[in-house]
Amino acid sequence: MMTTVKKQNVMIPPYEAVGVICAQSIGEPGTQMTMRTFHYAGVAEHVPTGLPRLIEIVDAKKEPKKAIIDVHLKSAYAKSPTEAEKVAKELASIFVRDVARVEDDLETLTIEATFSEKDGKGQSVTFNMLKKALEPFCSEMKVSENKITLYPAKEKPKETKAGEKKEKKITAKYVRRLTQKIREAIVKGVRGISRAVVVKDEDGYFVRAGGFNIVGACLNPAVDVKRIYTNNIKEIERVYGIEAARKAIIKETRDVLEMQKLAVDIRHIMLIADAMTYSGTVKSIGRHGLSGEKVGVLGRAAFEETIKHLINASAFAEEEKLIGVTENIIVGQTVPVGTGKIRLVMKHRKKG
Amino acid sequence: MVKRRRRLPGEKTAIFLNGRLVGYHPDGKSLSNRLRERRRMNELSSQVNIYYSHKLNELHILTDKGRVRRPYIVVENGKSRLTPEVLARIKSNELNWNHLVKMGIIEYLDAQEEENTLICIKEEDLTPEHTHLEVDASNLFGVVAGVLPYPEHNSGPRITMACAMAKQSLGIYSTNFSHRYDTRGYIMYYPQEPLVQTSIYKALKLREKSAGQNCVVALTSYHGYNMADAIVVNRSSIDRGLHRICMFKTYETEERMYPGGQKDKIELPTPEVVGYRGEESYKHLAEDGIIMPESEVEGKYVLVGKTSPPRFLEEISVFGAVEEKKRESSLSLKTGDKGKVDSVLITEGPGGNRMVKVRVRSIKTPEIGDKLASRHGQKGVIGLLVPHEDMPFTASGIVPDLIVNPHAIPSRMTAGHLLETLGGKAGALSGLLMDGSGFSGNTEDEFRAILKKAGFNEYGEEVMYDGLTGKEIKTKLFIGNVYYQRLHHLVSNKMHVRSRGPVQLLTHQPTEGRAREGGLRFGEMERDCLIGYGASMLIKERLLEESDKTIQLVCTECGSIATHDYARNKDICPICENENVEPVEMSYAFKLLLDEIKSLYIFPRMMLKEKG
Repeated sequence: MMTTVKKQNVMIPPYEAVGVICAQSIGEPGTQMTMRTFHYAGVAEHVPTGLPRLIEIVDAKKEPKKAIIDVHLKSAYAKSPTEAEKVAKELASIFVRDVARVEDDLETLTIEATFSEKDGKGQSVTFNMLKKALEPFCSEMKVSENKITLYPAKEKPKETKAGEKKEKKITAKYVRRLTQKIREAIVKGVRGISRAVVVKDEDGYFVRAGGFNIVGACLNPAVDVKRIYTNNIKEIERVYGIEAARKAIIKETRDVLEMQKLAVDIRHIMLIADAMTYSGTVKSIGRHGLSGEKVGVLGRAAFEETIKHLINASAFAEEEKLIGVTENIIVGQTVPVGTGKIRLVMKHRKKG
Repeated sequence: MVKRRRRLPGEKTAIFLNGRLVGYHPDGKSLSNRLRERRRMNELSSQVNIYYSHKLNELHILTDKGRVRRPYIVVENGKSRLTPEVLARIKSNELNWNHLVKMGIIEYLDAQEEENTLICIKEEDLTPEHTHLEVDASNLFGVVAGVLPYPEHNSGPRITMACAMAKQSLGIYSTNFSHRYDTRGYIMYYPQEPLVQTSIYKALKLREKSAGQNCVVALTSYHGYNMADAIVVNRSSIDRGLHRICMFKTYETEERMYPGGQKDKIELPTPEVVGYRGEESYKHLAEDGIIMPESEVEGKYVLVGKTSPPRFLEEISVFGAVEEKKRESSLSLKTGDKGKVDSVLITEGPGGNRMVKVRVRSIKTPEIGDKLASRHGQKGVIGLLVPHEDMPFTASGIVPDLIVNPHAIPSRMTAGHLLETLGGKAGALSGLLMDGSGFSGNTEDEFRAILKKAGFNEYGEEVMYDGLTGKEIKTKLFIGNVYYQRLHHLVSNKMHVRSRGPVQLLTHQPTEGRAREGGLRFGEMERDCLIGYGASMLIKERLLEESDKTIQLVCTECGSIATHDYARNKDICPICENENVEPVEMSYAFKLLLDEIKSLYIFPRMMLKEKG
C-alpha cells in the first residue's frame, strides 16, 4: 500500500514537460558556476572543469580539450607504488625527440640522430630502443658511438593513372619532412598516452595519464581491463558501445556539477544522457545534433538557420504537423504539453 | 612581456625621443640624471619627462601630448626641497606655484618617469632613498575620489561606487540655471555643504554648489521597512524641505520648412485641422498658439499649437476642389508628466526657422522609491515615510531624518560611513567643519573628545525611545549626522504601468518602452517557465490573447489567406476565387511570417482540420 502511494508520488504525470524542467534544472545552477578551475592531481594542468567542460560534454566533442585516462591495475600491481610507477613508465609514450637530437643533412640527403644518454636514462630508453624505432624509416643506417646516420628509405611509389609504378627519388624536401616525422616517432609506450602519473585512491595505486587510447593501454598485462576509464566519451562509445557512453555522460556531468557543489537531481542528467544516446550514437545537443533533427520545420527555423530550413522545406514540400511546442506557439495554438494535451470527452448516453 | 636581455659590457644605451630611436649614449643612467637636473634648473621645459629603463637599457625622453602628469615635491638626500624658508616666502606672497615649478621644487611626473622614483607620502617618513614627496596625502586621489571623506577607512569597491554615485547627485549644477534651457535639469531647494569635508572642497567650490544635505541618521531597524538597503525617512523632515528638488524639462518645437515652399505654422489650431485634439487640450494657449507661463499643465496638454501642410499634395476633397487641409502637429506634454510652465522662449532655430522652447518645472519631493546615498557607496531606496511623532527620539528630543539598517555596514566594510556619522555629530555640536580628507583628516579621538565635552556619549550612541509606544529602546542606538545625496533616479520618472495601450503597426504586438506606453516583454525564458509548468492555456493567453490575436480568413482549397469582399459582402479567396473560406484564429505575427515566407518565393499553405 505504502509503496503504491510512494510510487505514485514519484511518478511523473503524463505530458509533464520533463525536457524543459531538465534544461532549467541544469541551466540555472550552470549560471552560478565559477570559472575557477580545480586541478587533477599532477596530470595535465588545465583540465577544463565547470562550464567549459559541461559545454564540452553536451556538444559531444570528439576529443576533450585535455583527455585523461585512468588506468587501474590488477590487484597484484595496485598495492605497491613502485610497481604502479613501472606501469606508468611503460604506458607513457616517449618520442624520438625526447631522447635524441635529430638533424638532417640536405647535402648528403641523410639524417643524423644523436642519442642523449642523460635524457635516455631519465626516460629509461636505451640506445637500442632508439635504433629500433628508427629502423622503419631508413634503408640503411650507420652507427657510431651514440650517433646514428640514416639513409632514408625511398618513398612508397604512388600508382599513376596508367597503373604503372613510378619510382620516386629522394629529394631534399622529402628528407626534411622525414626528419620531422622521425622526431615525432614513438620510441616507447602507448601511442596517444602521455605524462603518466601514479595516483592513490581507496583501492590502491593507479595510473592517471593524458590521452585516451583504451585499447593500447589494455595491452599491458598489468592493467585491469575492466576498470579502465577515460573522460573521452566518444572513445568510450567506440570501444565499449553506446550504453557505456550514456553512463560516461552521466558520470562526467555529475562530476562537473559536484565539483562545484551544485545539487542537481541525477534524473535530469540521465534524461540528457538518454536524449544524447537514444539513437545509438552520441549526438550533441544543438544545431548539429538533437535540435537539428526536430520534426517540425517551424521549430527548426525558429531555432537556428531560419532561411536554410525554410528553403529546404519548400523544396521538398514538407508538411508541418504542428507536433512540437515552438511550432504551436508560433501559430497561436495551445501547446501540447501539460494541460494542453488533456481533453475532456463526454460519453454520449443513448436515449431511452 | 619584455624579455630580459643580457647586456654586453660597453653596450650603449638607446635613446628614444617620444618612442623614436634617435641615438646612443654610453651611460644612460647618468644622462637621465643630468637631463633631470637641467629640467629642475628650468633649462629644459618642465613638461619633459625622462624615463630610464635599466632592464632594457633604454632612455626615453617624452615630450608628446596626452601623458597624464601629477605634481610632486622634489626630495634631495632625504630632505624636501620645499624648505621652511621657501614656505615662508610663499606665505608672504613672494612665490607662487609657477615659481616653485621653475625653481625645481615641484615637478610633474608622468606614468613612465614615475617608474624611476620612490615617492614618500608623509614628510616625517622621508629617507635618503626617497626621490619625491607627495604634495599632500590626499593628492593621491583625483577630483572625484578626493571629495569622499575617509576613503582610507572604506573598502575599494565602495569607493568606486561612491564616486559613481556622487556624479548622479542632485544639487545646483550651474548657477545660471534660471537662464538655461537644458532638456533636463534638477535643482535642489536647500543644498547644504557637508559637515565633514575634504581638503579639495574649497578648491572645487563645492561649498557654494553642494549637492546634498546633512541628515540626522540613526542606525537601526524600523518595523522591517529598511530591510535590504531601504531607508526609512522622516516625513516631517521632507515636509520641511529635506531633499526637495525642482525638475526642469524643456520642450521645443520649430516651424519646419518643407520642399515646395510650405512651412509649419505656430498658431492656435482650428477645429478644421486634421487631427484636432479638442478644445480642452488647447485651453492654456494664448492667441499666438503658445502657452502662458505659470499655467498648470498635465497629461497630454498642448504646450505649443502648431499646424503643418498636408503630407500629400493631391489630397482632393470629395467635391473635387483642391482644398488645403492642414495637419495638426502641436507640441504636447509627455504622458505622465505634470508641472507648471516656468518660462517660454521664442528664438530662431539652427535653420533660421522660428523656434519655441517651453520650460516646464515640477517639484519632486522625496517619495517611496527614490534613491539616496551617502558618500561611502551606501546607497538605498526610500522604503517608508514615517511621521515625526512615530520616529524614535533621543532623550534630548532629537528625531532622526533617516533610519538606515545596521546590516548595511559590516559586510561592506564602510567604516568611513560610521566615522563620518561621528564626525558629523561632532561638527554639529561644536559648530565647526570637520576634515575628512584621505590620510590626513580629523581622527576618531578628536571627535570623541568633542562629543564628551558636549556631554554626549563619546561613541556616538544614545538612549532612544520608540516613537509609537514611548518606551525606551533596550539598546543604545548609534546616531549622528551624515551627508546624504539624492540621486537622480526618481521613481516618478521611471514608474510605468499598462493594461491596454498602443500596438506596433507591423506586428500588432504591444509597443515597447515607457515612452511609448509599452508593455513588459514576456520573453523566451518566461515562456519556457510556463511550458515547464505545463500551463498551456496560460501561454496561449499571454502570447496570443493578450498580444496579437487576429481572426484571418483561410481558403480551404488553396490554404492561403482569404479576404472579405465588402462590395459583394462575401468571403472570397483572391487566388482561386473560391468562396469556401473559414475564419481561423492565429497570431498576427504568424500571418506576417506567412507573408514574409511568400516574399522568399515559397508558398505556404494552411491545411484546415476540425479541432478535435
